[in-house]
Amino acid sequence: MTVLEVTGLRVTYAPDVRAVRGVDFALGPGEVLGVVGESGSGKTALALAVMGLLPPDAQVAGSVRLRDEELLGRSDADLSRIRGKDLTMVFQDPLSALTPVYPVGDQIAETIQIHAGATRAAARARAVELLDLVGIPAAARRARAYPHEFSGGMRQRVMIAMAIANDPVAIVADEPTTALDMTIQAQVLEVLRVAKEATGAAIVLITHDLGVVAGFADRVMVMYAGRAVETGPVEEMYRRPRMPYTIGLMQSLPRIDGAVWTPAGGDPWRGGRMAPIESASPTASAAGSTGCSFRPRCPVAVLGCADGEPEPAVVGPSGHTAACVNTAATADPSDGLRPEEVVQDTALAVPLPEDPCNVEKPADPVPVRSYRNERPVVLYVDDLVRHHQLYRGRFFRRRAGTVHAVDGVGFDVRVGETLALVGESGCGKTTALMEILRLARPQRGRVAVLGQDTAELRSAGRKALRRDVQVVFQDPFTSLDPRMRVADILAEPLVTHGVPAFQIGGRVRELLELVGLEPGHAGRYPQGLSGGQRQRVGIARALALEPQLLLLDEPVAALDVSVQAGVMDLLEELRARIGLAYLFVSHDLAVVRRIAHRVAVMYLGRIVEIGAVDEVYDAPAHPYTRALLDAVPLPDPFLERRRLRTPLQGELPDPAAPPAGCRFRPRCPRYAGLTGDEGRLCDERDPEPQPIMTAMDRHVACHHPLAHPGADQ
Amino acid sequence: MTADVVTCATEHDSRGGPGQGPDEEFAWRSGTLLGRAIRTAARARCVARSRRAVAGLILLVLLFVLAFVGPLVSPWGWDDTDFAAFRQGPSVHHWMGTTQSGRDVFALTLRGMQKSLLIGLFVAVVSTGLAAAVGTAAGFAGGWLDRTLMWGVDLLLVLPSFLVIAVLAPQTAGTWPTLVPLLAAFLWMITARVVRAMTISLREREYVLAARFLGVRAPRVIVRHILPQLASLLVVDASVNVSVAILAESGLSALGLGVRPPDVSLGSLIADGQSGATAYPWPFGFAAGLLVLIVLAVNLLGDGLRDVLDPASGPRWTGGET
Repeated sequence: MTVLEVTGLRVTYAPDVRAVRGVDFALGPGEVLGVVGESGSGKTALALAVMGLLPPDAQVAGSVRLRDEELLGRSDADLSRIRGKDLTMVFQDPLSALTPVYPVGDQIAETIQIHAGATRAAARARAVELLDLVGIPAAARRARAYPHEFSGGMRQRVMIAMAIANDPVAIVADEPTTALDMTIQAQVLEVLRVAKEATGAAIVLITHDLGVVAGFADRVMVMYAGRAVETGPVEEMYRRPRMPYTIGLMQSLPRIDGAVWTPAGGDPWRGGRMAPIESASPTASAAGSTGCSFRPRCPVAVLGCADGEPEPAVVGPSGHTAACVNTAATADPSDGLRPEEVVQDTALAVPLPEDPCNVEKPADPVPVRSYRNERPVVLYVDDLVRHHQLYRGRFFRRRAGTVHAVDGVGFDVRVGETLALVGESGCGKTTALMEILRLARPQRGRVAVLGQDTAELRSAGRKALRRDVQVVFQDPFTSLDPRMRVADILAEPLVTHGVPAFQIGGRVRELLELVGLEPGHAGRYPQGLSGGQRQRVGIARALALEPQLLLLDEPVAALDVSVQAGVMDLLEELRARIGLAYLFVSHDLAVVRRIAHRVAVMYLGRIVEIGAVDEVYDAPAHPYTRALLDAVPLPDPFLERRRLRTPLQGELPDPAAPPAGCRFRPRCPRYAGLTGDEGRLCDERDPEPQPIMTAMDRHVACHHPLAHPGADQ
Repeated sequence: MTADVVTCATEHDSRGGPGQGPDEEFAWRSGTLLGRAIRTAARARCVARSRRAVAGLILLVLLFVLAFVGPLVSPWGWDDTDFAAFRQGPSVHHWMGTTQSGRDVFALTLRGMQKSLLIGLFVAVVSTGLAAAVGTAAGFAGGWLDRTLMWGVDLLLVLPSFLVIAVLAPQTAGTWPTLVPLLAAFLWMITARVVRAMTISLREREYVLAARFLGVRAPRVIVRHILPQLASLLVVDASVNVSVAILAESGLSALGLGVRPPDVSLGSLIADGQSGATAYPWPFGFAAGLLVLIVLAVNLLGDGLRDVLDPASGPRWTGGET
């Protein structure tokens, strides 16, 4: 039985932006469809079209049927009787999706009153039940709280409660976990699973994260330039993708387990690789030209690809379809296709450059360690503290508390290595970065860059040191001055540090080339560049003065997966070529595994574990590290569904009032299993970072570190 | 080198594709003097593309020409008296008629307009400049400088400005240039507060942080990265201030506190002509009409400049969804 059926859906925004160009799918009860795509692929337009929430100037064609009733073409009033009852939505940003001036309980009760005709009291009682179901503690009390009193994860739970309030037939979830931390994302996905089981609703889960889909969806639809380019059951899609775009996505995805994705039957690329989207995103308007819209990036493109948009064709069992002319090239040879049938035209294939990451990262950690101690220290941080004072009162400012943003952090970064600071938002990782960048005396502790203590720097010395310490920011859309051309942006550091004017032009050209941009980009404004290109400009600006240390604040978090891979490759290559040292702040553990040599896990302003990436990831010693790693979904349905994990309960405590003793104690899964005496240590003493036996440069701040392969022997 | 080296903010290029020849060529010169000259010329062309700015500019230039060239053409001086013509309508002899004391309205109005135009422009430039300087300094530096400057701003705000000017104006020599600092001193505070607030939010922008972490000094960061973001606000503010200053001067003169007889300004002409405006509209009508034209021209120019300077008014390519 089909509950939600979409056929031939087309969405066109005025004047001629074809956001969705013919999408079909059908969902049975309790079935989950994962819609995956990069920004601009039309997945949000698809969601809005299904919900009937598109702006009035958008034109919709095709059919959306909910339990055999056509939804397209109905009046808004008519649709309102269905929306919120049979068809509900979970939005990406739960803060703007909830009305700030009403308590959340009332907002949930409202949907019940409207659609089920319940009395006010009954609706409220039901709202409390629902809040309890989605795991909000003390639901009766919290129902009276306002949205701003909830954290992001809790708000998303409220949104889910609202979505399932009237036992919907189908739920559309648009990037429901994108704005959330890893541990919270895992919790919310769990809630969504509970919600699905409680209501039996079909779910359309829209996301850019292949990992989220792997663990949750039954079927996957990959969208590109407004079309569903490949659809199939989840295991089939991850094991035997046939559309080159899907394969490219799988390959560019960094993985927490450090594995490199390979399809069943070996590498179908034969040395080719999807080119990252570096021109502006292939929105449907640009793809109006004839032929397959993926053709310009496709490594296995053949002449036939230009002859019109390929129609989805069945390529595997259980309705696995791919819209590709040359699916023969991506076929699993073991499936019986003879190699002669494969069209051998890989002239357009881009050869995969030698991965400098592999060159630089020896598999055996031992030589790295001895080697590491011999290399000079670029950045030394010891007991760094940054507290923010909170004040209350307008005229008589009273100190109302202290936020322990960074509370005694110490690490060092040596030449040619990448240290990653990871942790949930609010753990102080960005604050630590900014403290280092200030190059001023810290509130407590010591920061030394290239052997110079920042507390002793004078103004001229600080400016000179700035040549050696540069920063790349997270958001390439805000880190470049929108009123300056790329050439001027890149010239600014040179002018500031007195590079003679006649050298600047040449240096700018060099920098553009270094980061893989064309000289022609120099004359553009940042608005005329894509996200990946902008981030390359940001990196070029940071490199302009040939620094020795680069501080990177989530440099790839705002980018699409395929672009992310390109920027990470670039960073890796530059590090190896120029001998840079990186301090890399990220919340994305998979990215960290791919790019960093060492990792420091932060929790509430402290480093709880620090060590070589492979060691920490393979055998985490701190329960928090373990929980963080467990929370990251693996983009592999087979492994993902069989993982044993202990999801982290609760959320980050208020950094103005950290718990006494060990700060992680209230959320610690290990603490719960300790005996009284062991537990008392955690209650009373704040653990200091201690070296653990396996490795010299590995420290853990835990009284009861997790059993460690090395420690057991 | 083609003519179109700089794309106007109003039509930001989403045309894309690397290797836009002229742009590339331009970029390498951007640091040099020649590059700057080219860019300035190109900016001017951008302004030229905004119809409103052009209309405002042409009107303003015409008004200046009228005010300063007109008296040379007129057969009458502003202080001449024609005893043969009192309270006459426009004629071949007196193009705008005469006043009841026989003075030529055309000559008087232009004399008044000279002062009003100059006062308006000077006051606008001084007050908006002051607002920009104080606001950005306070917002960017924060701390004690911010508190001190804002304390001064608040102090000036609570003073009844018109009263203070009314008291101070007669003390000064009574010549119009002294009115400029007086008027300017009371027009900048609210803008300074707005500028400060905007600076505080701009200060945290990543590209401003990036510039600071590059070692760029604070004044240069303000000039290069903060003021351009405020440009549209400041331009609008300046154009409003021109009108406000002209009107304030007119008000003061009408009360007999600004420009003193026998000298005239648009304000004093309007005040004098007001009483008989219904029966005999010439002195009032021409002065008031020109005042309206000046304000209109300045506002048109200001609006046009804002459109040119504000990238947000043009289409932007963003990578985000929805």
